[in-house]
Amino acid sequence: MSGQTHQSPRPALDEFCKRFPEVEVYEHNPRRLYLSIPRERLTEACRFLHEERGMRLSICTGLDTREGFEVLYHFSEDSTGTLYNLKVVVPKDDPRLDSQAGWFPACNWIEREMHELLGIEFPGHPNMEPLLTSDTDWDPNKHPLRRDYERRAEAHGR
Amino acid sequence: MADNSRRIVPIGPFHPLQEEPEFFKLVVEGEKVVDLEIHLGYNHRGHEFISPELTYDQIPFLVERICGICSNSHPLACVLAIEDCAGVKPPPRANYIRSIIHELERIHSHLLWVGLAGHFIGYNTVWMWAWRYREDILAVFEMITGNRNHYAANKPGGVRRDISKEQVPEILAALDLVEKKTMMLTKAVLDDPVIRSRLEGVGILKKSDAIAYSTVGPTARGSGVPWDVRHDDPHCAYDEVRWDVVVAEEGDVFAKARVRLLEIFESVKIVRQCLENLPDGPIQTRIEEIPPGEGCGRTEAPRGEVFHYIRSDGSNRPLRHKVRAPSYMNIASNVVAVRDGSIADAALTLAAVDPCYCCTERMAAFEDGRQKYTWQDLLRLSWQKTEQIREKMRR
Repeated sequence: MSGQTHQSPRPALDEFCKRFPEVEVYEHNPRRLYLSIPRERLTEACRFLHEERGMRLSICTGLDTREGFEVLYHFSEDSTGTLYNLKVVVPKDDPRLDSQAGWFPACNWIEREMHELLGIEFPGHPNMEPLLTSDTDWDPNKHPLRRDYERRAEAHGR
Repeated sequence: MADNSRRIVPIGPFHPLQEEPEFFKLVVEGEKVVDLEIHLGYNHRGHEFISPELTYDQIPFLVERICGICSNSHPLACVLAIEDCAGVKPPPRANYIRSIIHELERIHSHLLWVGLAGHFIGYNTVWMWAWRYREDILAVFEMITGNRNHYAANKPGGVRRDISKEQVPEILAALDLVEKKTMMLTKAVLDDPVIRSRLEGVGILKKSDAIAYSTVGPTARGSGVPWDVRHDDPHCAYDEVRWDVVVAEEGDVFAKARVRLLEIFESVKIVRQCLENLPDGPIQTRIEEIPPGEGCGRTEAPRGEVFHYIRSDGSNRPLRHKVRAPSYMNIASNVVAVRDGSIADAALTLAAVDPCYCCTERMAAFEDGRQKYTWQDLLRLSWQKTEQIREKMRR
């Protein structure tokens, strides 16, 4: 565990660490926790946070890094005002992540969006239609938020 | 109407009820709505794509343009994310000014919604009253920020404009007027038997659905879920003022209307306390650099939680900037709220989450080459229903 020491008792975090011993916790500040877990345990972790601890999904963020695609599930524990950010790294040569939309409707649109913008596959999603470009002739193989997307590469050489 | 065949009634993509183009395909059997399909993306402007090409100082101006009505919420959440990433706290006076502008915005946004809801059920007086009183708040904005909308008040590390001593009595006078007029409007709306029977029991979003769809703002609070970021994760000056979270249990359109109307009074309370206790001192802190890392910023917009996430690589631009507006979660819940309702109520139910207004009117439903419904027909159906209830009550 890195970052600051615990300021107040955090039953949800303690139980999470017990159940997922492989978790890496980074406490950026007392109300912003980042929890890295392997992608195989994502469904279990999401179910724990939402169903057992009653947390609300704020949103998911997908981003393309050198190590792979990072997907963050931002869960908000509204009783304490703490954000539990679940972090999963998906390798670029196998961009697949179990879909949570089947049991948690809040994940439905954002998984469709990440599929469209980053090209991550979500097996088990009930309706994997493009969300933002469904009525356009956008090329389904172009993913604007990938680092190799040509416009950004030209603009910044990143 | 004994016609039970299924047909599709499209609402959108460009529709005066919605602030941004969305396309709702209502599947109806006779007059009953059985399903809803939602299409988005007609006006996708790619903010998340543009943002990493701008510097941290430029981004608040970009995200301000996501929504014209809640144009303070996005830049506020964005600067909170940047400050979280940099580990910087803005000076107390900046926090108070942020809260004042944020709450004034809530008042004008809620009044706008109440006006529109009045229009959709054939109460054009409610519409004109509400929008008239909203003008006073817009005048305050013009006085303190220079603009009626797109205030450009926030910057990383503080705010860009101060509130002077001379402006305080004028803001207080506007608040007194708005409070008095909203009191009258609230009584007129909540005690009117016709409005009650038009809104009660319509478009019910159950508490369990509100949680499953992770809805936010008055949509969630109207269903008995007391989520309010200002209360749960206090930022700006929200932990230094006294106010209450307004919750209603019923989940129908009336509950959402009640939550919004009563929230106006709470906002007035917050602005008054902030003006009274406005600390002296600077209004901004200088941010030397944004270190590599990440930051989350969230704030309660009039429609619900706005969430911004920033990933920094240490340069003067973010590596990734994720933006989530409240309507993203709330509109999805319409699928359950609109089901089994009447087509005369559909437009009202869809508008009840206050989806973010397009001034173009292009709705028409065709079947076998013949025009079936236009937007005017839907409005006429809704107004007829109000008239029938009114007739019944007169008898």
